[in-house]
This record gives sequence, C-alpha cells and structure tokens, in this order.
Amino acid sequence: MLVQQEVVLAMLAKEPTYGYELRARLRQALGPVGEDLNAGQIYVTLTRLEKAGLVTATAEAGQDRPDRKVYELTATGQLRVAAWLAEVSWPRPDLAEFHLKLVAAFAARLADPLAIIDAQRRELLRRLRDAQRAALTEPGTSDGALLLEGIVLRLQADLRWLEACERTWTTRRNQS
Amino acid sequence: MTPALLTARALRKTYGRGDALVRAVDDVDLDVAAGETVAIMGPSGCGKSTLLYLLGGLDRADRGEILLAGQRVDKLGERDLARLRRDAVGFVFQSFHLMDELTAVENVELPALLAGRSPRAARRRALELLERTGLADRARFLPSALSGGQRQRVAVARALANDPLVVLADEPTGNLDSAATLEVLRLFDDLHQTGQTLVIVTHDARIAATADRLITMRDGALLDETRLTGGATGSLSRLAGLESEG
Repeated sequence: MLVQQEVVLAMLAKEPTYGYELRARLRQALGPVGEDLNAGQIYVTLTRLEKAGLVTATAEAGQDRPDRKVYELTATGQLRVAAWLAEVSWPRPDLAEFHLKLVAAFAARLADPLAIIDAQRRELLRRLRDAQRAALTEPGTSDGALLLEGIVLRLQADLRWLEACERTWTTRRNQS
Repeated sequence: MTPALLTARALRKTYGRGDALVRAVDDVDLDVAAGETVAIMGPSGCGKSTLLYLLGGLDRADRGEILLAGQRVDKLGERDLARLRRDAVGFVFQSFHLMDELTAVENVELPALLAGRSPRAARRRALELLERTGLADRARFLPSALSGGQRQRVAVARALANDPLVVLADEPTGNLDSAATLEVLRLFDDLHQTGQTLVIVTHDARIAATADRLITMRDGALLDETRLTGGATGSLSRLAGLESEG
C-alpha cells in the first residue's frame, strides 16, 4: 500500500522525526486500513522529498542503537503542505462507467443489466463485510475507526444507488 | 451442510382476495443451519417481515410446512405455539417493544418468569445477559433513561432469556443511528461467535454484510442467495483510496 508524497510530508509537519516514528504515526492514523503499509516505500519517499528540497535529513548518532536520520520540513516543504491542505480533492467515484455499462448492455442485448447489477452488489457487500469486520474489532474512538466508518458509509451509498438502478432497469426490461 | 435447524417448505401467506389478493409470502423454501446467521433483504412490502413472523409462530401460514428442530410448527395448537414463541424463539423488533414501566433487568427476566423459572434464577440469568450485552451498569434503569442502542441491546438480552433455538430479528437497526447500529452489530457478531442461530430481516446493508448468507426477497419470493464468507476482495487500503502496489 502506498501513500502520497504529500501525506508523508504532512505527517512530518508536527515535528521533525525519523522514518520509523513517521511510519508509526501513519499506522496509528489508519488503524486496520494501514496494516499493509509498506515501510520501504516511506523511506524511498523520504529520499525523494530530500532530493526535491522539501525535507532535510540529519544523521543522529545512536549510543546503544544504530544511527538514524531525522527528517525535517524545509520552508518549501512547509509551503507544499499548506498548499496540499488547502487543496480540495475528492476521489472520483466511477459511477458513469458502471451506468454506461448498463445502458450499453441493454441496448445491444449483450447482457442482462440486472445480472450486472447483482454481480456488482455482491462485490460491494463483500467489501462492506470486510470493512465492517475491521470496524467491529476497532475501538470506537480511534482514528482508524473513523476512517472505516467513511468506507462503510460510502459503500452504503453505492448500494443505495444500485437499488435505484435495479428499480429502473427492472421497469425498462419489463416494458421491452 | 449440517442438518437444518429451521426449515420452511412451500410456505405461503396471502392477504385480501380477488383483485386485491397479495401474496405476501409465495412458495418459500428456506433452510437455516444451526449456528448460522442469515439475513433476508428486500424492498418494503416484499414480505420479509411476514416470513419472519411465520417462522416464529407469530402468524400462521395458509399453506406449507415449518420445522424447528424437527418439530412441525405449523401443526401446533395455540397453547403449544405460545409456548414455542416463549421458549424456543427469541424476537427482536425494530421499535424494541420494551415495557416502559419495567427496568432493564425486569424486562429481561420477564420471559423466564413467564416460563415458570424461579424469580431468583430468572434474575440471575437476566443479570448475566445484561453483563453480556455490556449493560450491567444499566440494569436498574427504565427504558426511557437508555439510548436507542442500549434499548435494543436490552431487547436482545430479553430475546435470549430462555436460551432460544433461534433469534429472529425484524429490522433491529431500523431506528438506530450509525454508532448505535455498530453496538448492535457487535452484539449480533458476538452471538454468532457463540453459535446462536440468527435470522435477520433488514434494509440495512451493514447487517446484511455481517451474515453468513444473504437472501434477497421480492414480491413474496426468495430471489437469490449470496454467500458472503470467503473470497478475496482486495485490501481495506484500496477501499480507503490508497493505491496498492504493482
């Protein structure tokens, strides 16, 4: 699982820290969603950010542990974080593609739109089940639980739209 | 598959007559295995609540058979049917149906008292159940002093008072907000883990997603069946919008 450069950058904004601690912050914020977080990728990202002049790395000598690098935002890095926070971005749901799939399947008599809807519903319900399972074992007050609630609510919204699709396509199919 | 605990065969229930005839339940066959959680979903008026009432002996079918642990429910007389509803089946309703003038523990112990258990044994069992549903500290509260989620958990505890063979729930989260829904889901999940057989009629995809099996109902008939267990569906991180590798 990969996180964006800006996320890594923003997680450093609180205070300078080393890679392991940064990863722990991300894990904490993501809860069960962050279980497959790739540690190596965070270090690769930090190196890139350093080359881009967005962070500086200072070696910190260890006494009874290996040396480690402490990363800190540069002024440019701080500007980038501020810009990212101000940016309005929301992942685009692929509703149009699915909608057009139904339209095309029905028009060409290639497939039954209701069968396509059913298959989609089963997949969404399985995803809902996975998210729900994770939510059930997560303490209700954690950051991870809040993220899971978002996943669950989105899936519920998608399922509601499928109900609307089903009603409409049932009527159309019966009329044709 | 283990032999079914609850079986319905060619079950039918109609309302009205002539042009106004509604087949609320239309030739339904259903098998529920012991320990299984089955969710029945469908649009309003599809007959799912009627089906649940028939299964639990709250209403009688026009035709067809119902077997609970080998006993023909449809053949029972009124007195035996009442006993079955009290001892073998636990009901959970959308609007809780708690007695407002009784405390939580009094609500929970009521079915055991009606079944002839001693007040002491009934109280002990009720307190155990409230403990299990996370409401031990609310035992002396009246329902009006409890939140919606807590009321529904009291209702679930009451449904368990006589160790029913099956718990039948009709829209158990229909009146609850998102957080309270999660409380009830946790409780059902816990019941499921301990082997309680559950049949849940619901609109709520969240409950449906926790079931072993999901049955869709339309116009009185069972349409399709989905097993939700098993099958890799990708990672949670992808669902959260984080890119996966490769």
